[in-house]
Formats: sequence, structure tokens, C-alpha cells
Amino acid sequence: MPITYTSGEQVEVYRFSIPVTVGVPFAAVWLQSFLSLHFPFFKMFDLPLLVTIFFSMARRNPISGLLTGGAIGLFQDALTHLPLGVYGIAKTLVGYGASSLGAKLDVENAGARFLVTIIFYVGHEIVYFTVARGLVGLSLAWSWPHELLSGVANAVVGVFLYFALDRLKQRT
Amino acid sequence: MESVLSRYKNLITLVVILFAQVLGLAIQVKRSSESESNRLIRIWAVSAVTPFEKGINWVQNGSWNLWHNYFYLRGVRAENRALRAEIEQLRLEQARLGDDAAQARRLQALLAFKEQYIQKTVAAQVIGTSGSEQSRSVFIDKGKHDRIEPNMAVITADGIVGKVLTVFPSTSQVLLLNDQSSGAGGILEKSRLQGIVKGTSSGQVELEYVMSDEQVQVGDKILTSGGDGIFPKGLPIGTVIRVSPGHELFLNIRIQPAANLAKLEEVLVVTEVVSREPSVAEGSSARAVDVLAQRLPSVPDKPAQDATTKATTPDSTKPATPGSPPPAAGTKPAVKPNSTKPDAEGAVPRIAETSAPALDSTTSATKPATPKAATVKSATPNSGLSPLEAKPAAPTKLKPAAPAVPKTTPLSQEAPQQ
Repeated sequence: MPITYTSGEQVEVYRFSIPVTVGVPFAAVWLQSFLSLHFPFFKMFDLPLLVTIFFSMARRNPISGLLTGGAIGLFQDALTHLPLGVYGIAKTLVGYGASSLGAKLDVENAGARFLVTIIFYVGHEIVYFTVARGLVGLSLAWSWPHELLSGVANAVVGVFLYFALDRLKQRT
Repeated sequence: MESVLSRYKNLITLVVILFAQVLGLAIQVKRSSESESNRLIRIWAVSAVTPFEKGINWVQNGSWNLWHNYFYLRGVRAENRALRAEIEQLRLEQARLGDDAAQARRLQALLAFKEQYIQKTVAAQVIGTSGSEQSRSVFIDKGKHDRIEPNMAVITADGIVGKVLTVFPSTSQVLLLNDQSSGAGGILEKSRLQGIVKGTSSGQVELEYVMSDEQVQVGDKILTSGGDGIFPKGLPIGTVIRVSPGHELFLNIRIQPAANLAKLEEVLVVTEVVSREPSVAEGSSARAVDVLAQRLPSVPDKPAQDATTKATTPDSTKPATPGSPPPAAGTKPAVKPNSTKPDAEGAVPRIAETSAPALDSTTSATKPATPKAATVKSATPNSGLSPLEAKPAAPTKLKPAAPAVPKTTPLSQEAPQQ
């Protein structure tokens, strides 16, 4: 079974050092900005989102997850010309959702991580789309094939990224 | 109460954080300008990210230069030969265009047409993007310290790129033409129909507000109209790639941008634009040597008149081509080979050299007689101009223009040779 229901006592809660907590999200936002310049197709990936999901699921604390998501989202917003908060709101919800899910389910294996990433990616895009259209007034076009394809692409990258980031975990 | 709070602590925190963000977003959307706190967040974020991008860019350029300057010299000689041949071709082309430009200038002067010239540009490297599909903007490595200001036009040699949106101390954010919040005044080159060039949510570029009963062809070029007050008139925007009936009474015109917006490396920020009205007088100062030549007693009257007649016809002022017949013996041609050289102003590109000296000095210095105008004057013996009056610009003015306009021999230097 890729996803197993566990009690709160069974799941392991991890923490991260301060350099990792600050450095990894920063690197994700920076890489997103830099790689998109040289490889335009890279805009379909959302490294900050993958990092948000990883930290939230590992910490398994909803408040910590939503704060992590909110901070990363606002940082990402600051590099765009759009009002601050569009990514912030979407990633806050993803952080909350991923940490709540991490507290209840064991999502340590690749299959579970793959599925969870697709779900959270699509959820993130729906929230982003709603906020950007409803509050900011952007005219965005929703395309299910594009979003699902991007979700799968992000999940593939995410699985490898999570395994790399697993090395930075510290047991509580 | 306490138990409720502790039980729903997570949910309450989520609602509070979301509410704060939604409120902040609503305030930002309502306000047209950014608040100080928002601006600070952006400054911090950009200041944290861009130094790394600048550093990598510097290393990248350094290693490329090392490779290019020291190791990749094979074939340079052959390339040099090919480039020389190309220069020769371009000179012929330049001569032809110079003639057309002179004619256009006279017509513009007749219409009292004011044209904007790009006087000063700053070259900048593109160092990063917003990283988002919904915000099509890039960061450049020039900012307030380099006198970049918001709403300055950003271009490449191929065409326009966008405008400066936000300026930070050493970087700036440039809103690309294909972002849905950008816009530029556009005009179709052939039909002179005007519209507004805008980006779409999918990153395409469209020309809007062209009536559906107008004729627009695929392949038509679109230039800036200058009506937006940001982009100088006449810069390439792109080419029409699709025309279809749009909503209401307008056509849906899809454009392929002239500049490759997906792969920008270096751009020019237009920091100074001058408006000036071209005048015939500035390009028509007769050469002293021509005036003198017309007054020489050895020149027979009749052929001179013929030459005068010829000089007023457009064909007579065309540059000498290798196959053109030589002028009749004993008759001083009204248009000498040198006088048919391209006018310096015509040869100066509309986009001045990067961080070059002011175009004013360039144009005034390299602006000898317009071929046709000079010919007309020189072919009129009773024009009343003394050689002194007809003297061209002083040689001291020629200095700054020399590198900008190759092969444009100043008239004051030609005179002694003849």
C-alpha cells in the first residue's frame, strides 16, 4: 500500500536546521527564477511548491506548514509584478493541507509522494486561478490537460527532489 | 472556550492568515500605487535573489569570453573575408537607402513632421525572470544607479521587448510585451492602420482594435506608432501570423514578436528620446566647390542647364553603380560621384550607439549636404550664395561622429581634394 493510515504516535515527525529551513526555499525560488530564463519550459515546474509540500509533510504540523507555505508564496510573489498574496494564499492552503495529510498518512514512499504531489499541484493551481481571476482580475484560461500534464511533470521532479531532501531531515 | 480554541487552533490560524492575505491583496488591487511595505518586501526579495543571478551571469560571460577570445579563433580569417564582402554589399545598399532617406526627409519637412529619435540607450544583461507563467517579466542588471527609470522602453536590435516596470538600486524589472497587462501602440507598416498591441494570458501577442472590414494580411509588419508615449515611433514590434474575425467589430490579429521574448540575453534600455523636426535646410548646405564649379567661365552654358534639368530628376541623383555610363567629356556633371554618397543622416541608424555620445552631435557632425538638395543648389548659378555662405560645417564638429558612420567622408575634407 503506498498510502497507509497511521496514528499520530506512529508517524515520525522531522525537523530541519535553520540553514536548511531558510536555504532550501530560497534556493528553490532562486532556481525557479534563474532556470526559467535559460529554459523557458521550466516555467511549468513550481519548485517552491514542491519544497512547500516536502517541508509540510515532513514536519506534520499544520501551523508550521501554513506558515512555511505562506512565507514561500509571498517570497515568490515579490518577484512577480502581481500583487503580493496570490501565490501566498495558494501555498498557505497547500502547506496546511500537506501537513494535515502528513500527520495522518504515511507518505514516505515514492508512489504516495507522486500522487500527493499531483493532487496538491492541481489544488494549488485551482486556488491560484480563483484568486487571480476573482481578486486580482487577471484573465486566465484554465486548461485541464495542461494542468494535469504539469502536475505529472512536477510530481516526477518532486519524487527525486524529496529523496534528495530526505538527507537533510533530522529526527526529533 | 479554551478547549474550543485549542481544539481548532490550526484551523483558526489558517483562517486568520488567509484573511490577512486576502485583505492585503484587496487593498493592493484597489490602490493604484504600491504601499511602502509592499515595496520593501519586493526590494528585499529582489536584492536577495539577483546578486546570485548576477554572479552566475558574470562567470558565464567570463568563461564564454575566454573561450571565444582565446580558443575559438579557428576560421576567423575566412569569416573576416566573408564579412568584408558583406560590408561591400551593405555599402551599396546604404547608398541606395541614403537617397531614399533624403527624399523622405524633404517630404517630412514639408509636412512639418516631428520624429522621435533614440538618443541614448543603456545596454543591460537579462539576469532572471519572475519564474511564473502568469507574470511575464524579467530582471536586468541595471537599475537606479544607471539612471534607469520606470516606463522606459526596452528594446533589442530585432524589436521592442517591453518597458521598465520597477526600478531597484542595481536591478530593474521589465514587463515583457507578451504579458497580459502590457500594451503598446502599433501601426501596420503597409496599410498604416493603428491598434493596440497587447499580451494574452497564454503569452501570445495580439493587435487589438483593428476594424473587421480592414484588410490585414499574414506577414504584414507591425511597427510602434509612438502613441503610447513609451516606445519611439517606427520600431519593429512583429509580424502578423494569423488574422481571424474577433469579438464585436474587431479583428483578432495574432503577432509573432520581432524580438525573441523567450530567449532574451541582452537588451537596450532607451534612456533618452529626442523629438525633432527634420528640415531641408540642414541637409542642403551647398558645397563651396560645387558653387565655384558652376561659376567657372570654362563651363559652357547649355550643358550646365542640361545638367541642371537632369539634377532635378530623381534618376540623376542615384548613386553611381559600376554599370552606369560615365558623364560626358567636357561637361561637369551636376551630380558628382561623391555628392551621391549617402547622406550621413540617412546612414545613421535611428538607434544610436549604446551609451554613445549624443545623437545631436553625431547628426550635426555627419550631416553634410543632402545629395539632391545640394545638387539643386549647386546647379543654380544665380543662387546668390557666396562660397563663404555655402561653406559646410566646420571640421571641428566632425570628431564624435567618425566611428558611428563609417565611410561617410565629411565634405569639408573632400573639398581640398577636388
